[in-house]
Amino acid sequence: MAIHPPEVKIWWKEPIHSIEIWWVLIALVWSLVMFVMMPYWHVYGEQNLSNEAYRVTPEYFGEKVEEMVDKYTIREEGDTGIPVVAPPVGSDVFLLGRLWEWYPILELKKGESYRLHLSSMDWMHGFSLQPTNINLQVHPGYDFVVTVTPNESGKFAIICNEFCGIGHHTMVGRMYVTE
Amino acid sequence: MSIMSKFRICPETGLYFDDQAEKLIKWNAVTGVVFLLIGGLFGVLMALTRWSEVHILPADWFYLLLTAHGLDALIVWIIFFEMAVLYVASSTLLKVRVAAPRWGWLGYWLMLIGAIITNIMVLEGDSSVMFTSYPPMKAHPLFYLGIIVFAVGALIQVFCFFGTLVLAKEQKTYEGSLPLVTFGALTAAIIAVFTIASGAIILVPTLLWSIGYIAHIDPLMYKTIWWAMGHSSQQINVAAHVSIWYLIAAIVFGAKPLSEKVSRMAFLFYIFFLQLASAHHLLVEPGLSSEWKIFNTSYAMYLAVLGSMIHGLTVPGSIEAAQRKKGFNKGLFEWLRRAPWSNPVFSGMFMSLVMFGFLGGITGVIMGTEQINIIMHNTLYVPGHFHATVVAGTTLTFMAISYFLVPILFRRELWLPGLARWQPYIYGLGVAGISVFMMAAGTLGVSRRHWDNNFADATLGFDYPSAAHMFLALNGVSGVLAGVGGAAFCIIMVGTILWGKKKADVPAAQPAPEPEPAVHTAGSAGTIAVPGTFVLALIFLGSFILYYYVNWKYLSEVWGLS
Repeated sequence: MAIHPPEVKIWWKEPIHSIEIWWVLIALVWSLVMFVMMPYWHVYGEQNLSNEAYRVTPEYFGEKVEEMVDKYTIREEGDTGIPVVAPPVGSDVFLLGRLWEWYPILELKKGESYRLHLSSMDWMHGFSLQPTNINLQVHPGYDFVVTVTPNESGKFAIICNEFCGIGHHTMVGRMYVTE
Repeated sequence: MSIMSKFRICPETGLYFDDQAEKLIKWNAVTGVVFLLIGGLFGVLMALTRWSEVHILPADWFYLLLTAHGLDALIVWIIFFEMAVLYVASSTLLKVRVAAPRWGWLGYWLMLIGAIITNIMVLEGDSSVMFTSYPPMKAHPLFYLGIIVFAVGALIQVFCFFGTLVLAKEQKTYEGSLPLVTFGALTAAIIAVFTIASGAIILVPTLLWSIGYIAHIDPLMYKTIWWAMGHSSQQINVAAHVSIWYLIAAIVFGAKPLSEKVSRMAFLFYIFFLQLASAHHLLVEPGLSSEWKIFNTSYAMYLAVLGSMIHGLTVPGSIEAAQRKKGFNKGLFEWLRRAPWSNPVFSGMFMSLVMFGFLGGITGVIMGTEQINIIMHNTLYVPGHFHATVVAGTTLTFMAISYFLVPILFRRELWLPGLARWQPYIYGLGVAGISVFMMAAGTLGVSRRHWDNNFADATLGFDYPSAAHMFLALNGVSGVLAGVGGAAFCIIMVGTILWGKKKADVPAAQPAPEPEPAVHTAGSAGTIAVPGTFVLALIFLGSFILYYYVNWKYLSEVWGLS
């Protein structure tokens, strides 16, 4: 029994149950398939995160955001007048998270690619784009660059899904994708 | 300290109980159950708050009690109970006294003091930083100190376990190799040392940072090292509860492992292939390369997963072999049908095995796939997954073994045996619901650790699909069901200890399982085939493959990312 020392003292020389051998082999093959799927998707899949990230200070990142907002704001929204920014196709687009808002509102074009920069001004935040369901971690001090290509148009919410204090549940941003 | 030690032999089971070991087992286990009660109660409140129509807690209390729920239910209850398991696996199974019992007591008290300090800090309201306490968010310094003191206590008790193994070897209380259950417990203990070391590496600087001696803690570095503790601590749980699966198979059925070699190799995989499993938590993080993520989430071949898949075959396989030996040979599944389903020791264990595999295991591997993590990270899918591994897997298993251990330790008959028969089913169903419905809501994008899924106070609003709210309501109902099951467990345990009928010191009705091995020699002609288990394993694999590719399909539909 499993609560007694093995009866056969040289247990490591015992032959293995054939069902066990088969199962180990099948499971090992499946494990290898699951490993191969990840590099495979990097080659053939369209949803892969970049390896591009930079160390930044919140001040520097904040300036980059303001530069973009000054140049490309098209209107304002919400009670607090959050700028809606329509940056040129293919450009560097900046989005910051801070207690407790995403800033600014971005308006992108469907089917076009943008270099989206994400960073936090203070604590850790979670970028959760809904309802499409893309979830990325946003750190203070790191500029995370992801090239995004929207494949649907409409109004999207950016929900913070990393706990960031008592106002966490009010941290909802917006993003538009136009045809 | 005297070398002589007092001990007793349990008249029913023939198990050996050293006097000090018995006390340490009792105190660690009972303290654990107290924290389970507290943590479980908070858990029910979480489920009720997420249910929009009920929404029972205000925001500050939700985040406060969510922090406490994680600490008490995931860490304090489980680690205390694991300490009890370590003494059973060493002193009791090897028939030897506990090495350095005074150190064991020191460890116990440090754990208790640490747990109380951290709980007080959380309940005072200035440390609602969640169980993960990611900086730059800062808790009260005593919050970190409490965890460190708790961990030091746990480490001391783990070393008492190692010492007891050495003592048994020295005094030759057993022949040959360690029993498989003790080997599994040793696996858990080795992982515990690595876990606690990682915890110290990150929490000591964080403590110094919180009192102002260190200016800056890099949040990415914190997360990487913290999860070397956080994830590995869950592997302690897995190693511990798998050991108990083998233990229960042995005590209920007299089952013998199909082959010692394969089962031990599977335990060994846990030690070798999970150390940087913190990668599972860093798959959508900036600043780490894809190569790093892919390699460390899988070690190129997912051997820790393979380890669990092996146990998933060999544990029910050993039960099937034992049952077939007893004559339950009809068809594929008579061995399973005729298992003692009204014995909570078995029913709890078997439900745990099934749910850990189907609900917890499959989803964990899928979530730990580099790209698929994009559609799951920090959604309710994550707690859905780990409630299947930790609550259905570990907690339910610990409950099951308690039905065996508590009556023999306290020399009492089980209180409310009728309720005990049903308890694993009530609790199991509740936990299955919690797990499935949180994962369903998570698939629809619902965020974890979030007080208001209607975004009433947000400047820019958003509505989740109405199905998400339905799943959250069902999660609330399941939470209540699990709460009822958990309360029943605590009542039965406390009732048994306080009011259970005292057992007479004569062998009771149920004799010890016959020592005759159920399987003669592995691999030889005497081996009993276990086709039923193999079919179950293939059903598992089929579900795994199907659901794995369903998630790739989901992923392929989201925006292009590169």
